[in-house]
Amino acid sequence: MAKTRARAGRRKAAERAGGQAVRRKTRHGGARRLREAVVTAPITVPYVRYSIRNAHFFVGRALAALLEQSRLDKSDIDGLSVGSFTLSPDTAIGLTQHLGVTVRWLDHVPLGGACGIVALRRARRAVEAGDAEVVACIGADTNHVDSFRQSLASFSVFARDAVFPYGSGGPNASFAFLTSHYMRSFGATREDFAKICIAQRENALSYPHALFKKRLTLEEYLSARPIADPIRLFDCVMPCAGAEGFLVMTRERARSLGLPFARVRATCERHNAFPEDPIQMRGGWVLDRERLYGEAGVEPRDIDFVETYDDYPVMSLIQLEDLGFCVKGEGPEFVRRHTFTTDGSFPLNTSGGQLSVGQAGCAAGFLGLVEAIRQLTGQNLARAVPEARIGLAVGFGMITYDRGLCSGAAVLGRADA
Amino acid sequence: MIRPLSRPRRKNPLLRTRQPLLPPGGRSRAALGLTAAAALGRFELQACAECNAVQYPPREVCHRCLSGTLRWRPQSGLGELLSETLVQASHDPYFRERLPWRLGLVRLDVGPTLVVHLHGGCAPAPSRVRVGARLDKSGQGVLLAFPLEEVPNMADDPELHEMTCDPRFRKALVTDSRTPLGQAMVRALIDAGADLVWAAHAEPWKQAPGFADLLALPQVAPVPLDVTESRSVKEAAAEIGGKVDILINTAEVHRAHGIASRSGIESARAEMDVNYFGLLRLAQEFGPVMRARGADGVASATAWVNILSIYALANFPPHGTFSASKAAALSLSQCLRAEMRPGGIRVINAFPGPIDDEWNQTLPPPKLAPAALAKAVIQALKDGIEDVYPGDVAEEWLARYRESPKTLERELSP
Repeated sequence: MAKTRARAGRRKAAERAGGQAVRRKTRHGGARRLREAVVTAPITVPYVRYSIRNAHFFVGRALAALLEQSRLDKSDIDGLSVGSFTLSPDTAIGLTQHLGVTVRWLDHVPLGGACGIVALRRARRAVEAGDAEVVACIGADTNHVDSFRQSLASFSVFARDAVFPYGSGGPNASFAFLTSHYMRSFGATREDFAKICIAQRENALSYPHALFKKRLTLEEYLSARPIADPIRLFDCVMPCAGAEGFLVMTRERARSLGLPFARVRATCERHNAFPEDPIQMRGGWVLDRERLYGEAGVEPRDIDFVETYDDYPVMSLIQLEDLGFCVKGEGPEFVRRHTFTTDGSFPLNTSGGQLSVGQAGCAAGFLGLVEAIRQLTGQNLARAVPEARIGLAVGFGMITYDRGLCSGAAVLGRADA
Repeated sequence: MIRPLSRPRRKNPLLRTRQPLLPPGGRSRAALGLTAAAALGRFELQACAECNAVQYPPREVCHRCLSGTLRWRPQSGLGELLSETLVQASHDPYFRERLPWRLGLVRLDVGPTLVVHLHGGCAPAPSRVRVGARLDKSGQGVLLAFPLEEVPNMADDPELHEMTCDPRFRKALVTDSRTPLGQAMVRALIDAGADLVWAAHAEPWKQAPGFADLLALPQVAPVPLDVTESRSVKEAAAEIGGKVDILINTAEVHRAHGIASRSGIESARAEMDVNYFGLLRLAQEFGPVMRARGADGVASATAWVNILSIYALANFPPHGTFSASKAAALSLSQCLRAEMRPGGIRVINAFPGPIDDEWNQTLPPPKLAPAALAKAVIQALKDGIEDVYPGDVAEEWLARYRESPKTLERELSP
């Protein structure tokens, strides 16, 4: 493949950039040991539509899966980061006793679609700073029959005061506003969104944990039950219960344990970006992408696959624009140019994304990241992206009123990339 | 295009009456300011006392300068409809019964972006709209965007109609229809399109001037009702209670006395018996059945109106015992409002200044004509507000009362 040589060149450039970043850290860190944190042990607690178990069950089973995969003992875990909406009244601290773990670094990251990226970002710093050796990052939620309706009511003060009393469409109505505005502003059509949803379903057919296992046709997509115009059923994710997780540890530790790992080339997060925008047509990535790619030593064209936060297909378009794969407003054109299947021209959401796998609360904020780690470590459960070296996972979340407040992204690389 | 409301078909008594549901009514304390303004028919948002930034959703501190002083200020509501949606699926039982439901996202000219209920007369986004505040069925303030220009059948928009108490096609009871005010109220209801008005009278053997003419109107039916007699109230409720959509309590005794100008408590007792206990008797008999019919079709039970007095806010010593009876009724009306809320029934209090009738004979003008008070009540029903202060005297007292209740008390002492 002609592409391979170009890649090798860029890889060297990237290593230089990455190496500089680590060296710079040592310079500022004085006598501190040079440490590079990596991600490993991607796990999933299989999703179910409804569960009678509490969130604690899913966090606990995720931790068990992490230990099983890494062959570590519980006592080896000295850092814990948990993202969950349904733990209430508990937070991460209650979980330490519930799960019987003693840690010296603890984080509670209830940031929905951004919690995986933020957890990784913070855990990486903790490991590199030496505050923890092995951090278990877990996103988990349960879903009882009525818990989605209840969580809408208590999601935020703004939602309770200024969204919930208006038809209780929850995020469906909010994203209907954005989708409708995006379509009018940039000429996107229902067929464009259909293409993304159908391609992701295609990708999901090879992913064992996807709740949707049936191929989606254009006709089915277009004629699905209307939810909030222009959004129909297959534009929406299915709330469910489940968990995702990974471990963050030093490269040396991962090596000595014989664990396949991915490198964290760069991460970014931004909250409440562009508060003066009348309606959300962009996210914080616009402010951070230059630094993100600079730190990662890559450009968008070097990225082999992307895991967007696809709570609605319009958000995938906005993320692809804001992260530099095309300019603002050219999302529809970009969609028409690519296939988005794992074996196609722009592999997107290679496990099917939330649209096909399901949205297990905060686990959805981990879904893309966990899939990216699997792809880059050769542990893929879904079909493999051919020769994947660099992957991008995107986080987006927390519609407390009229827009998603959190945005984040992580560029991950294969161990040798 | 708004489809005009059509006269509801005669109810099939064998069918189950739809139980009232409410839209989500939980609010933070800050957000209740929107409700407080909407209850008076106003649209207000918080504005920062220091940097003037207008806030929405309601906040505890200014989102711009972090000042802790935010004041509710009237707003024009002008803005641009940025986007809209027609909600066709909802998790909420109230909205599920009323789908589809049109919602909009409006950027106000003064800054904030609002999620609003969207009136059917608004042109598709992008378009100019005017946002107003209304009380929804739960009695809480919500935002509703209207078209800039009046459109045909404006009031019949299904979302707006849920938030108002329009008398059209409804059946109303006026609890004392012999007085000039009672008669004006009956006529105003008919003019507003009421289907049927029960004109109640306590002493059928007494001829009140004009009452016979009133009964000659095809929409008017007499009903005997003496609010001082529990049995009479019970009988009236048994007969018509299940059909009353709007109850307007005009029954009143008014004597111009303070404490020392009269010996004994007989006239004060008569005032309390009608103005306070009369309300209580009516509320016990008519309240529960009205509350159960709060979602009974387009002509559901919808409102309870009390004709109080501006003297309910602060005692007017020359009419001291009357003032006290109205203050008691005001307090009871707040209890009634809380108890009617689960049915989505609005309790409207009218606080008129002196009405131009025989008991205010010695007071100088301005005095409120009964027809003007009736008109103000009809408007309150159409707007779905909770408190109405008709006339110049009432407005002035209200302004003085708001500024300083103690000062007003001194001003009213002869």
